[in-house]
Amino acid sequence: MSQDDNEVRQAGVRRTVWRSVAALVGMFAFAWALVPLYDVFCRVTGINGQVDTTAQALVHDDVDESRMVTVQFITRNGSGLPWRLDVETRQVRLHPGQTSEVNFTFSNQSRSENWARAVPSVTPNTATRHVRKSSCFCFEEQLLQAGERVEMPLVFQLDRDLPPEVTTVTLVYTLYPVEGKTQKLQAGVKLDEGGEA
Amino acid sequence: MAPKVPPQPTLEQSTAAAEAGHGHAHEAPPKGIMRWLLTTNHKEIGTMYLIFSLIMFFIGGIFALVVRLELFQPGMQFVNPEFFNQMTTMHGLIMVFAAVMPAFTGLANWMIPLQIGAPDMALPRLNNFSFWLLPVAFGLLLSTLFMPGGGPNFGWTFYAPLSTTYAPPSTTFFILSLHIAGISSILGAINIIATILNMRAPGMRMMDMPLFVWTWLITSFLLIAVMPVLAGVITMMLMDINFGTSFFNAAGGGDPVLFQHLFWFFGHPEVYIMILPAFGIVSAIIPAFARKRLFGYASMVYATGAIAVLSFLVWGHHMFVVGMPLAAQLFFMYATMLIAVPTGVKIFNWVTTLFRGSISFEPPMLFALAFVVLFTIGGFSGLMLAIAPADFQYHDTYFVVAHFHYVLVPGAIFSIIAAVYFWLPKWTGHYPNVRLAQWHFWLSVISVNLTFFPMHFSGLAGMPRRIPDYALQFADFNMVSSIGAFMFGFSQLLFVAVIVMCVRGGQKAPAAAWGEFADDLEWSVPSPAPLHTFETPPTFKRPAH
Ligand code: HEM
Ligand SMILES: [Cu+2]
Repeated sequence: MSQDDNEVRQAGVRRTVWRSVAALVGMFAFAWALVPLYDVFCRVTGINGQVDTTAQALVHDDVDESRMVTVQFITRNGSGLPWRLDVETRQVRLHPGQTSEVNFTFSNQSRSENWARAVPSVTPNTATRHVRKSSCFCFEEQLLQAGERVEMPLVFQLDRDLPPEVTTVTLVYTLYPVEGKTQKLQAGVKLDEGGEA
Repeated sequence: MAPKVPPQPTLEQSTAAAEAGHGHAHEAPPKGIMRWLLTTNHKEIGTMYLIFSLIMFFIGGIFALVVRLELFQPGMQFVNPEFFNQMTTMHGLIMVFAAVMPAFTGLANWMIPLQIGAPDMALPRLNNFSFWLLPVAFGLLLSTLFMPGGGPNFGWTFYAPLSTTYAPPSTTFFILSLHIAGISSILGAINIIATILNMRAPGMRMMDMPLFVWTWLITSFLLIAVMPVLAGVITMMLMDINFGTSFFNAAGGGDPVLFQHLFWFFGHPEVYIMILPAFGIVSAIIPAFARKRLFGYASMVYATGAIAVLSFLVWGHHMFVVGMPLAAQLFFMYATMLIAVPTGVKIFNWVTTLFRGSISFEPPMLFALAFVVLFTIGGFSGLMLAIAPADFQYHDTYFVVAHFHYVLVPGAIFSIIAAVYFWLPKWTGHYPNVRLAQWHFWLSVISVNLTFFPMHFSGLAGMPRRIPDYALQFADFNMVSSIGAFMFGFSQLLFVAVIVMCVRGGQKAPAAAWGEFADDLEWSVPSPAPLHTFETPPTFKRPAH
């Protein structure tokens, strides 16, 4: 094989290698980009029951009196946090467009103060985008002293565009410890009131 | 059944031909262990890959036999559930990443330069490095079994949070070893692409390449596309475990379902990485022993490409039960069924090649024919699983275990065995012992079906996968499966015997060891292939199709 042919080959190999490396870097970046994209995708479509954790305006005026929807509340405790989350009623029935207020009770049953957060989820996911909350404990992390009990309201509404086949909406709140903050507390570091949330 | 072996050249002829291959003067390779540590020769590296994967195949096999031993009868008899979980996990990881993938890479190393008329791989030193990463990676992975808390126990799919929040302390080492294995596959893929695109013999166009070369080219693209995603996902796990991030932790605003999306975005193309080279092998063997040209070469190439593209669109079929919206379930269901079309094209082409062929049943052909039949059974159970509403019942049962073992054992692994029997004459200069290989074949087909066919029934009846104990009504099926598994495991010792005997001696093979329909370039060099081949590129002559 001649010298020239060999050089052409080597140049070709180098080009292929660089292109492959570029593709590799691109795919690695793509994998990381999927994390925020997934989040945005779920929020926009309401898939996965992910709801906005910011307050939304309630649309008070027109209540759809032609149908009733059952809203169920489920509270759960994830990962062994020594807290309880209770709700005053397991379910309410209301019209789309009607505003409702339900009280939840947080109690810290441990001997130390710690931080936790209630993470919301909605089923079925076609209803997710139609749950509007003007006030919710789930918007921020909570700090409870040892043995403390706190009652907090959820004020919400199902908007009138809720698909007609949805007759029951389930709101699930799962309590999770906010470990970083709790550890700082226990290490005696002072935190600003309200934290970063 | 007497095998029809083509006329043999005399001993003098084949040694003379082998002598001719040594035209160039080469420095004597270093002696002893250094020769293997430092070699940059594609044939030696290919051999190392193949031996490594054979060893790993037996280690992974022993883990499987521990599992089958425990499942021989209901109740807990031999191991505790914690160890059982480590065995199922390690079995899957070792078989996928350390046995099947390196075996195909070893075949690629040996055969691609020979099939395209190149003197070696494009990047020989990188090639050496990619191989030696593997013993490091899997030595590390196996060592986790001896660490406090044991090895990985969360299934080969390592779903978060089982593999993060609830994982044993050794998980960091598991992640490291997977990173190293991943780098090895990536480097191997780059090397293969560079070789195929730039090193072909003058006159050989892309559409002249043997299908094994084509399927490996497409497999390499898949590897480059999805191994970085695997690297990304295990890095996220590493950060969740060690640096307090919450990619997959709901408590911190993450989502475990995201893990499954990322994993299967890698995972489904990964299963095709394990089957596309098999398609190439079978497409070489069937025409050789049916004594006909392969039917539909071009459609084989396009079908392989179509399967590769579609494989990026179907990952959701592993996640029908996570609570996907209806539209997504329908999309993944139809996309998955669409893959059956190009796969069907391939099966059709093989069957048509066989049709009115003058077929003989040498060992490679036996395994290739079993591949066609049994892989198709695996494809059919895949189609059943692709039906979203049906999958709600089948998911996470032994039916899934039956499906993927049909496509992987009599699929991928039979194709590797067929390839070894097919190319052993080229590697060693001797034909494999036909008698012993036939015993190996019949024991393997019978036992593989004995092992995996009953799993369809136990799965349909509701037996969940990954459990160390089960309800009494599944006892008979499990006993049959266990007997089959032990038979299969021990039959593979015959495979080793055939290989060892073939290296030591046996009936001499000529250059074109399998007659006129196995006429790709590798059959133009002497058997055994000298260490250096095609140092002056051959002129490629297009066979009359
Ligand atoms: C016609 C082609 C195929 C179809 C329609 C198909 C479909 C499916 C479906 C729907 C599942 C998910 C089942 C569940 O978890 O509920 C599955 C699982 C699986 N398939 Fe296939 N498949 C096909 C071919 C293959 C091939 C060629 C391979 C590998 C060589 C393969 C390997 C696997 C593996 C390893 C799993 C199980 C993963 C796990 O959960 O551990 N499949 N297949
Ligand atoms: Cu899949």
